Amino acid sequence: MSKISRRKFLAGSVAGGAAVMMTPAQKSFAAGSFEGFPEGMGVLVDLTRCVGCRTCEAACNLEQKLPAPALPFDDTSVFDEIKHGQKRRTTDKAYTIVNRYEPKGADEPLYRKIQCNHCNEPACLTSCFVNAYKKTPEGAVIYNSKVCVGCRNCMIACPFHIPAYTYHSAINPVIKKCIFCYDTRLKEGKPPACVESCPQQVMTFGKRKDLMKIAHERIKKNPGKYVDHVYGEHEVGGTGWFYLSSAPFEEAGFDTSLPKEPIINNVKDFLAIVPMVLTIWPALFTGFHLLATKGKSHGHGDDHSHDEQEGH
Amino acid sequence: MKKLETFGIKPHDADLKTNGKQWSVMEKLLLGLTLDQYIGQAFRNKFNWFLAIIFAIGIPVIIYRFIFSLGAVTHASYDYPWGLFLGFGLFCMVPLSASGFMLGTTVEIFGRHDFEPIERLALLNGLLGYFFAVVYLLVDLGQPWRLAYPMVYSFGPAAVLFLVGWHVATYLSVQIAEVSTAFFEWIGFRRGYEFIRKGTIGLTVSGIILSTLHQGALGALFVYAPGKVHPLWYSSAFQWIHFFTSSIPAGLCMVISVSTVVIYTMKWRCDKRFIDNLDRITISLAKGAAMGLATYLIIKFIAIAHDNEWAYFATGWGLWWLFEIICFVTLPMFILMYGIHHRIVGLCRIGAFMTVFGILLNRLNTALIAFNWKLYQEIPHMWEIIIAITIFAIYVATYRFILARLPILYQYKSQAEEIEVEVSEEQVAPAKA
Ligand code: SF4
Ligand code: SF4
Ligand code: SF4
Repeated sequence: MSKISRRKFLAGSVAGGAAVMMTPAQKSFAAGSFEGFPEGMGVLVDLTRCVGCRTCEAACNLEQKLPAPALPFDDTSVFDEIKHGQKRRTTDKAYTIVNRYEPKGADEPLYRKIQCNHCNEPACLTSCFVNAYKKTPEGAVIYNSKVCVGCRNCMIACPFHIPAYTYHSAINPVIKKCIFCYDTRLKEGKPPACVESCPQQVMTFGKRKDLMKIAHERIKKNPGKYVDHVYGEHEVGGTGWFYLSSAPFEEAGFDTSLPKEPIINNVKDFLAIVPMVLTIWPALFTGFHLLATKGKSHGHGDDHSHDEQEGH
Repeated sequence: MKKLETFGIKPHDADLKTNGKQWSVMEKLLLGLTLDQYIGQAFRNKFNWFLAIIFAIGIPVIIYRFIFSLGAVTHASYDYPWGLFLGFGLFCMVPLSASGFMLGTTVEIFGRHDFEPIERLALLNGLLGYFFAVVYLLVDLGQPWRLAYPMVYSFGPAAVLFLVGWHVATYLSVQIAEVSTAFFEWIGFRRGYEFIRKGTIGLTVSGIILSTLHQGALGALFVYAPGKVHPLWYSSAFQWIHFFTSSIPAGLCMVISVSTVVIYTMKWRCDKRFIDNLDRITISLAKGAAMGLATYLIIKFIAIAHDNEWAYFATGWGLWWLFEIICFVTLPMFILMYGIHHRIVGLCRIGAFMTVFGILLNRLNTALIAFNWKLYQEIPHMWEIIIAITIFAIYVATYRFILARLPILYQYKSQAEEIEVEVSEEQVAPAKA
C-alpha cells in the first residue's frame, strides 16, 4: 500500500467516524439523571379508607372530558370484570380505575385506585425518543401529543402499566394517561378532581416531602392498621403518588418486585458504552486494517487493485 | 429461466451485447430477454403465483390498516404495545441483517479477499433487512409520517430508541452507498462506482460502529421493562451484549441460508466464481457462526449466574428457555462444528437454518412470549399476522428482483473491462475493480 493511499483511507475512515460522531446521538450519553423537583406536589393514597364508590373515576371522567363509560360509575359489577385473567386497567377512556382485592385473612375487601403515579424519574419520559413527556416543577408528568410518533415505547417502559393508546384513531392516535389535572387545576395550585371528589378523604394532596412525613406518622401511630411500608417512597426512584395499605401490597395487586432505582439507571450501563465505541472503534478497526493488509499489498492482485482506486 | 437456457438464451451480465452493442436499461430490466420471453417465464414460475396470492390478500389488509387505524388490524392491546410488527419486523430482521457489516469488515478491513464472492450478497442482505425493518416500523407507528421527528424536530436523547432511530437511519444510508456500487456498475455509471469505492474503508468502519451500537441498543430497549420481561430473557447488565453477540451468528447464518436458497433456486444467475467458491465460503462462514454461538452460549449462562436465576429452571418458563438454548443454540452449534470438521456443506447449511430459527425464537420470546409473563399471553390478531407475512413476501420479492438483475451473484463485465476480465479470471479471487 502506498503512502498516499494510506493517508487517503485514514481520512476516509475518520470522516466516516466523524459523521457518526456528529449525530446528536452523542447527546445520549450526556443524558443525566433527573432527580425530580424537591418542591413537587404529590398525593398520598390511603387504601384503608377507600370504600370502592368510584366517585373519583366519575370526577376524572368529567374533568378530563372523557367519553361516557359502558356501565355507570355507581355499578360495582365492574369489580368482577376479568379480561385475560386481569382486573381492569387504565385505558384511553379512563385515566383512573378502582379495583377490588380480597387479601388473605381479611374480612373486608381492599380497594385500590390506579392512575399515573407521576414518578420522580419517569420511565415513560426517559424512554421517549421525541421527548414528548415533561415532568413539570409542580410534579405532574404531562405529555405533548404534537410530537408523539406513536412508537409506544413509553407503554413498554412504564412499570405501572399506565399509558394507553388511542389505537382506533387512524389519523391522530395519541397516548392517553392521567396528567394530574395539570392544565385545569394543578397549574393553579388546586388539588386534582379525583382527590377533591373523594367522600372518604382517601387522598391527601400536598408537597410530596410533607406527605411522606404524614404517611410515616400514620404508620407509627397505628402500627396494627398499616403495613410498615409506603409504596412509592422508593419504588423506581420514588413516585409522586404513593400508597398506604392494611394488607401486604402484593395482595392488593401492587408489583413489589420493582427495583428501587429509577428505570433509566438500568439503561445507563448501555449508554455508557456509546462514547467508548464511538471513539475507540475507528482507531481499532483502522489499525486492524493496516495490520491485516500489511505485507499483502505487494504483488497481490486484489490489494493492488485497491491501491489503484484509492490512489486516484 | 431454466427452460429458456435450454434454448441457448443467456441472462444479461455485461454492458455490451455479444454483437458489441450496448444494452438499454429496459433490456437490462428484462434480464436481456424479450418482453414475451420475460412474461412467459414469469407466468411459468410457480413461486410468482404463490407471492401473487399473498399480495392479493395482504396488500388490501395493509391499506385497510392505514385507513381504519392500527386498532382495526391488531388487538389494540395496552399491555402489549409492541406486537408482531416490531417483535418480528424490527427485532428479528435487524440481527439477521448483521451480515453486511460483518462481511464488509472481513473483506475490507481484514483484507480477506477470499470472501469477496459473497460480500455483495451479504451487503444486500443487510440493506434489504434494514430497509424492511423500517417498513415494518412504518406500519406499526401510530403516526408514521412523523418518522423523521426524532431526527429533525424533537429530540429525546436519553432514550435508547433515539439511538436506534439515528443509527438505523445513518446505517441505512451507509448500506445504500455500499450496495450502490453494484447498481452503478449495472447502470453503467463508472464514476459513481469509483467514487464510492474510494470511501469503502470509511463506510465500512462507520458500519461497524453503528452496528455494534444499534444491535446492542435493540437489546437495551428491553432493559426499560425489568418487571415485564421474564428474568431468564432479561439481564440489565448483559442484555445489549446478548443481542449484539447473537447478531453475529444470526447475520452469518442468514447469509448461508440465503445463499443456499439462491444456489438451489437461482443458479442461472450465479457465475462460476460464486458457484465454485460457495462451498468453501459456507464452511468459513459456519466457522465464524459456530464461534459466535459458543460465545453467546457462555454469556447467556453468565447472565443467569450473575442474577442467580437458576431456580427458574424448575418452572415451565425454565423449560421453554432450555428448549430455546439447547435446540436452537447448542444443537446448531454442534451441527456446525461437525459440519466444519468433516467439511460437510449440507450440515453447515442445516445448522445455519436452525440458528436463524433460534434467533427468531429468542427475539420473539423477549418481545412477545416472555414479555408480560406475569400477566397473560398475547396471541396476535389474524390480520396482524397476515400483514407481517405480506411485508415479508414483499421483502422476498424485492430480494429476488434485485438478485436477478444487479451484479450480486455474478461479476459484471463492463465495457472497459471486457478485455481485462480474461486476465483476472485466472486468479482465485479476481479483482473487483
Ligand atoms: S406511572 Fe408510568 S406513566 Fe406515570 S410517570 Fe410513572 S412511568 Fe410515567
Ligand atoms: S409513543 Fe409517543 S410519547 Fe410514547 S415513547 Fe413513542 S413517541 Fe414518545
Ligand atoms: S389527577 Fe386528574 S387526570 Fe389524574 S386521575 Fe385524578 S382526576 Fe384523573
